[in-house]
Amino acid sequence: MATPIIDAPRSGKIDVKYNRSKGGKGSFEMVAWLFMRLSGVVLVVLIFGHLFVNLMVGDGVHAIDFGFVAGKWASPFWQIWDLLMLWLAMLHGTNGVRTIINDYAERNGTRMALKTVLYVATVVIIVLGTLVIFTFDPCPAGAVTDLPSFCTAR
Amino acid sequence: MWSWVGHRITGVVIFFFLLVHVLDTSLVRVSPEAYNAVIGTYKNPIMGLGEAGLVAAIVFHAFNGLRIIAIDFWKKGNKYQAQLLWAVLILWVVAMVPFLIRQLSIVFGGN
Repeated sequence: MATPIIDAPRSGKIDVKYNRSKGGKGSFEMVAWLFMRLSGVVLVVLIFGHLFVNLMVGDGVHAIDFGFVAGKWASPFWQIWDLLMLWLAMLHGTNGVRTIINDYAERNGTRMALKTVLYVATVVIIVLGTLVIFTFDPCPAGAVTDLPSFCTAR
Repeated sequence: MWSWVGHRITGVVIFFFLLVHVLDTSLVRVSPEAYNAVIGTYKNPIMGLGEAGLVAAIVFHAFNGLRIIAIDFWKKGNKYQAQLLWAVLILWVVAMVPFLIRQLSIVFGGN
């Protein structure tokens, strides 16, 4: 039995209807694909560090309270760490869920609706998280408990 | 195929946790009392077990993600994809054993 010869894709020897379109969407999907890999590598470092410092060191989750967060965000190092983690994780996660919606929601309307909800949620969470990191007040007036030790100076 | 399914499921789980986690952390901007009340619920044993499951999902997603990068960018990645999956599973166990010992002793040991 003769082995059928199958030409390589886009070699010009296959029917044009099988060629991929060269529309503008191709470059967005390429950037998104690359972003998933680049952000993924950075997120492994950021999130493993986050989990180690917050869950493994000292008393673990029992040590986490308002004063713990205030102590961390007193340092620009953790502010930038958490900001990067927020943006990269949200964009990485949003693109992942976008891919899943595109794969499983078959009707155009369903896809549109789900992606609209997704993008609204993404913008709200990124804006909210960014504002919280940069407008955070470690010694709020009127607070009664658990302020970090450096607040007593006031 | 199963690593692909696992990657999707863990990815969606982590994403929904992330939404909630940014919201609960945002309570530091409301008041110390509001934040402490909500974060206090993370300290009960049921949440501690959920947290262990979440970390298990994150660690798998992280190592399998690095495997996907190796398959895409390393010349021999495709050839060794099955062996790389075993590496992911072994590394997952190696990372989870010390984490679980620490996490479970913190959650159930009162320390």
